[in-house]
This record gives sequence, structure tokens and C-alpha cells, in this order.
Amino acid sequence: MANVLAVCEQQGGAFRKVSREAVAAARLIADALGGSVDAMVLGAPGIDLAPANLGDAGADRILVAADDSLGHYSPEGYADAIAKQAKSGSYAAVIFGATATGRDLAPRVAVRLDVPVAVDAVTVGVDGGKVACVRPVFAGKAFQNVVLEASPALVTIRPNTFTPASSGKAGAIEHVAVTPGATRVKVRELKAAAAGVLDVGEASIVVSGGRGLKGPENFHLVEDLAKAFGQAAVGASRAVVDAGWRPHHEQVGQTGKTVSPQLYVAVGISGAIQHLAGMRTAKVIVAINKDKDAPIFKVADYGIIGDAFEIVPALAAQIRKVRG
Amino acid sequence: MKLAVCIKRVPDTETRIRIQGDGQTVDEAGVKFILNPYDEFAVEEALQRRDKAGSGEVVVISLGGDAAQETMRTALAMGADRGVLLKADRIPADSLATAKALAAELKDGGYDLILFGKMAVDDYNHATGVMVAELLSLPCVSAVAKMEISGTSLVAEREVEGGVEVVECSLPAVITCDKGLNTPRYPALKGIMAAKKKPIESKPAQLGEEKLKVKGLAMPPDRKEGRIVGEGVAAVPELVRLLQQEAKVL
Repeated sequence: MANVLAVCEQQGGAFRKVSREAVAAARLIADALGGSVDAMVLGAPGIDLAPANLGDAGADRILVAADDSLGHYSPEGYADAIAKQAKSGSYAAVIFGATATGRDLAPRVAVRLDVPVAVDAVTVGVDGGKVACVRPVFAGKAFQNVVLEASPALVTIRPNTFTPASSGKAGAIEHVAVTPGATRVKVRELKAAAAGVLDVGEASIVVSGGRGLKGPENFHLVEDLAKAFGQAAVGASRAVVDAGWRPHHEQVGQTGKTVSPQLYVAVGISGAIQHLAGMRTAKVIVAINKDKDAPIFKVADYGIIGDAFEIVPALAAQIRKVRG
Repeated sequence: MKLAVCIKRVPDTETRIRIQGDGQTVDEAGVKFILNPYDEFAVEEALQRRDKAGSGEVVVISLGGDAAQETMRTALAMGADRGVLLKADRIPADSLATAKALAAELKDGGYDLILFGKMAVDDYNHATGVMVAELLSLPCVSAVAKMEISGTSLVAEREVEGGVEVVECSLPAVITCDKGLNTPRYPALKGIMAAKKKPIESKPAQLGEEKLKVKGLAMPPDRKEGRIVGEGVAAVPELVRLLQQEAKVL
């Protein structure tokens, strides 16, 4: 009971960044227990595993469950295949990314194995032979230490929190048999977002706007700043989502997404408690606000006081200049 | 149409969290409790579905102490018909233990649709609704942002990273509700008065065994003191220099 299974997400052959991070978290537990890491990939036959570099991230074996029934995410099909694999090996833990898919999938696997799941872990480890983790509660206003007294322990990990190693190893690829069963739920279609739109929960840079932008027509400033950074996602405060300026999936905070990017830029966001909870685990926080007493400056590493309408375009231009 | 909505009493999202001396639980003194915001979407959706069907019943179910009755009254004031309180001294940290108690209550209820919020804003688990569905062998769509029902066929949309999934299943089913599904109503005074007379049945919760144990609760580490780089556009070059050379995030 020392091995760890990491469930790796892909869509149409494109692996999510969190897949390698799940392998990294699995590696931490396996190393503490003296076991090995199996990365499990589910999808249609013919998935190209090379871009994911799962062996390099720390997987000893890469288990491929390929079947036409698994081409799209199939809630029950995926859960059945993972539960079957989990039962067949002596796994101490199964790790998922805390993504929309991981959050749907892990509870389904949990019921099939009659074990609990720890959600959104930011650290994983072993305590007295059992899998333990730290996870934010109240959207990050507090952190809970939990121990999973079950085998395997199911854990979903927060994106952008675990750093994959670069072992240079390839990992051994093995195919596992899939027996498609009856499913009650069917994903009929995946309507892909516009190309280049990054999810706020996964992006390593997030630029968020709030009420200080005065209206939805001014969000192009935030979007342009995000573009200037390169790979950045656009976020929003609850106030502007509730006002209908921005879609809900961009909302950062306790009733939106909790994010841990490398860099979080808050534009015209005063910093309500529920917003701060959702982004305070960012590595670096920049705040731009005209109110020098805004609570956002209490958590910001760097602040500029002033008019966002002047500062944001200047910042975008300066970033483009240094990035070349 | 017979609908059940599972709801939870949680601290208001504007609440500052303090930890009790035991280092494991939240100090509830002075904390304002509310109906979990995502559960409001579930209650609203159930009410609209009942009213559209022209007949039926919306039953709200909550697990917790007597204080949960207050939260249930909010849902009853919105328009739900009756409540069932599954009494427990505390809500387990292990979602599966809670899900087993809810599944036991829902099992023979004859519900066409069972609704949850997609997550509770306190424990952030996103798990209980999906687990209940799996325990009852019912189809489940989680984090639903849009839904159409015609006859016994349900088509829902859920936001995933990089797009929107269109998911279909048949009733009876379980859904967990995301923001955007509808706009929850505020209870009217008439509803608040009526809610006082609506029945809430109370019975002991048949909790599952708890296998996820909380060993401690801690405040987040303080962020180190930041600095104001400057005022206005003049501060921009220095900010970019700091991001590049000090923070090394560019």
C-alpha cells in the first residue's frame, strides 16, 4: 500500500498543466511511503502522451485507458475505470486535479471505493503512515489539516500549487483494459472556449478588474493588460459579476474561484474579505487603486495609488517593452 | 413534480474567521449564519420547476443542529413547502458521512429531481451532491449553469476549464447548481409569515462512518508587509522593474 495513482486530465490530446502537478503531488506521497507513481490517462485511442512528459514529472508508469467511450469526459465511465484500477493495485492514494472535471470525478470514485476525499489540497504528506493534507476552507480564510483514515486516500490538488520535478525519465507506458459499462449521464458536446482564453483557476498570471473600472465597456483595459503579460487570464470581483459586467466563471473570491497564480494583479478592486480569501495564496500580488486606504493594499506586495485608466495602459506598454 | 433541495447553514462570506482554543473549530460567537449562497440557486430552481409543472412539492432537507431550522425557514420563506431536519451535533468534515445520511433520507422519497448547491462556501468540498447521486445510483450533473427539462429528459450545461460541457440524462436525477442558473428571489414578508407555519420534521441523521479526520485548523500565514511603489503613471517603470528583478515573475 505504498503506490500512488495520479489521474491526468486531457482534452482531445491536450494535457492540462495540472496533470503534471498531480504527478508531482503523487510523487511526494510515494516517496514518503517508499512506493511508486502510476499516472493514469483516459481518453480515445491514439492519445499522444509525449507532450505531457508525465515520466519527466515523476511517474514511474503511465497507464493508458483508451477507449472510444472515453473520448469525451464520461463521468461514470471515467469513475468506473479509475475505481477498477484503484482496486487492482495496492494504492495508498489517488490524486486528481481540483478542476471542474476532478471535482466531478473524485466524489464518484470515492463512492465506488467507499472512501472519503480531501478536496483542494495545497500540501500533501504522510502522517503516521496515513495520507495527510492541508486544505483551505472558507475559501482560504483558514487552513484545515486533515488525515485520511482510508485506503486509498482520495485527494484533489489545487492547480498551480505543486511543482513537478524534471527527472528526465520517460516512464514505462502500459495499456489497461477498459470495459465500458452502462452510463446514466452523457456528455453530448464540449463547446470549446475561444482560442487563447485561459481559465482563471489555472493561469499562472491573473489580471482582475473590479468596480473601479466604472463599467463593462472599460474591461478592455484589463484584457489588454492580460495580453501584455502573455499567458494571463482575466478575473473579476464579485461586485462586477453580480452587476452583470463579467461572466461568473471569471469571478475570484469565496463565491467564485480561489486562485494561486504566480502573479495576481488587482485593478480597481477594493479587497472585500471574500475576495481576499480567494487570491491571498498568490505568490505575488499587485494592486492598483485610487483609494490609498483600500484593504487590497494590506495583502499586496506592490501597490500603485492612482487612476487605473491612466496606470493600466502605461503598465501594459511597459510590460510589452521589457518582454520585447 | 416532487423536488428535494439539500441545504446547508454556513457563516456569511463577509465573516472574519476566528479559531477556537481547541485549534480545530471555528469560534461561532458573533458570526452571522446564512443559507449557503449556492443553495439559494438550488432552492430557486426547484421553486420555478414546481411552479412550471403546476403541481408538486419542494422539500428542503438540512443536516445539522437545531440552528439549521432557521436556515430552513429562509428556504420555506422563499416558497418551499416543508422541511426535514436530519439532526446531528455537528456536520462531519467527511462529505461521504454526510452524503450517506442524506441518501438514506432521500432514498424512498420518490423525488423527480434532487438539487444541491455546487459547493458549500465553508468546507469548499464540492462533493456531497455528487456522492448522494452515486449512493442512490441516480444520474448526476454537477455545477450546472443552465438547464432544460422536457418530460423526463434533462439537458444541462456546466462550465469546465476551456469550455462548456453539454450533458444529458433522464429524471429522476441529481444536479448541483452553479451561479448563473437563475436569480434567487428574496423572501417577501408574506412568505416569511407563511414560513413560520410550514412544517419541519426532525429526525436523527444516520451518518456514515467518518474516515476523514480534522487534526487542526490554522489561520493562513500572514503575507509579508507589502509596499506602495508610488502614485500614478510615474510609478509604473519601478513596478515593472520590481516584478522583473525582485519578484522574478516576468
